[in-house]
Amino acid sequence: MSMPMYVSPEQMMKDKADYARKGIARGRAAIGCTYADGVLLCAENPSNTLRKVSEIYDRIGFVGVGRYNEFDQLRIAGVRHADFKGYSFSREDVNARSLANQYAQALGHNFTHEMKPLEVEMLVAEMSEEDGGDQLFHLLYDGTVMDTTSFVVIGGEADAIRERMEENWSREADLASALGSSVNALAGPDRQLAGDDLEVAVLARQNGRRAFRRIEGDDLDGLLA
Amino acid sequence: MTLPIFIPGDDPGPDFVGLLDRLGVGAFEPTVPFDAAQITHGTTVLAIRYSDGVLMAGDRRVTSGHLISHREIQKVFPADSYSGVAIAGAAGPAMEMVRLFQLQLEHYEKVEGSALTLDGKANQLSQMLRNHLPAAMQGLAVLPLFAGFDPRAGLGRLFQFDVTGGRYEEREYAAIGSGGLHASTVVKLRHHDGIEADEAIDVAIEAIFQAADEDIATGGPDMVRGIYPVVALITADGFERLDDDDVAARTGSLLERLRGAS
Repeated sequence: MSMPMYVSPEQMMKDKADYARKGIARGRAAIGCTYADGVLLCAENPSNTLRKVSEIYDRIGFVGVGRYNEFDQLRIAGVRHADFKGYSFSREDVNARSLANQYAQALGHNFTHEMKPLEVEMLVAEMSEEDGGDQLFHLLYDGTVMDTTSFVVIGGEADAIRERMEENWSREADLASALGSSVNALAGPDRQLAGDDLEVAVLARQNGRRAFRRIEGDDLDGLLA
Repeated sequence: MTLPIFIPGDDPGPDFVGLLDRLGVGAFEPTVPFDAAQITHGTTVLAIRYSDGVLMAGDRRVTSGHLISHREIQKVFPADSYSGVAIAGAAGPAMEMVRLFQLQLEHYEKVEGSALTLDGKANQLSQMLRNHLPAAMQGLAVLPLFAGFDPRAGLGRLFQFDVTGGRYEEREYAAIGSGGLHASTVVKLRHHDGIEADEAIDVAIEAIFQAADEDIATGGPDMVRGIYPVVALITADGFERLDDDDVAARTGSLLERLRGAS
């Protein structure tokens, strides 16, 4: 009878983390940032049908990068969680913090208990009715969760993009300039990104109950011009 | 309340009612006999197709037997951005059905990334009614009207239902509830091809008024408390409920006319 090979817990966690990071780094990045009217969600995504940016609830949006099937399953679970919570209690009782915690639990559990970690990085954004109250939750493959009120970069080459975004982001920016900063940060100095390469949506205070709106086609080109 | 993640074979997909079943929140069903006459009932709602879309209207009264239980209930609701649902019948289950129906449409739209077609929405409501049939047989019948703007056909469409879930698309108008017969007679006499929003609104307000005149379970305009029927227009621009002041002014002119005629 052969002895099973001993692997130290440190080594096992490191291998899993490397594996997950490698998977996420292969994909294109996305940015979520707050601006004057709410939250802007912007992803580099040449596909028109396989979405990275989605609506979760009245004031909550979602961005996922990495393996599509994995973050899409989590996105749907998030929609279910929010809709069921709103049905059981009231629509005002649904918030991004509780959803981000649930995601963190699920990701953390998967990371420690399963062979293969989830190769996803996600952003849960909540627009507040008051200026300056918007919240962004940044979730990593191992269940780490961080919150901020400025901007979050997820996906490949995140560090370089974060540096570029840092220079230009401002809470008071209007939609066109917030989008401009995000797109420039995603593209970097050597590339140009057009409307077709992007998936853009906002959670804006003037949109009524369901604050999530996609910005596509001519509207998007107009803002980028 | 943990994250609802399912294995592929057991996944409810975009079905919110299916999700509720899996989470152990089943449909409501009475098991003890009760006096159906004492259950709160809502009445008289109607829908009229007009040039730019479809109009829905409803009175504001709910009754329990011979008593008025509430004077300003709402019976016409937006189902989603481009459709509306109006209800008659047992008020409690009807409200719950509307709530579930609204959630079902929104849930589908979010999970699938695109909205259901108008026929798909009407079919959903059919299925909810069919599931409600056991309760309907015990006296808790719910009857909805469903209407919406169909962007593919470029016009307003409306649907009637029966308690078994039967779905009947109407060409021009429909009225249901205890005053529905009187209301539909008014609409029938005044409706014509190419009727425009302005006239359709006045027809709807008169139809509810005449129904309330003949049927005690239908509430007429309440000048003392300032309660008027709910009227909503559904067009390519979406669902829009008319301002109470507008309905009040139109009710005023209707009463003027009726006084002059008598």
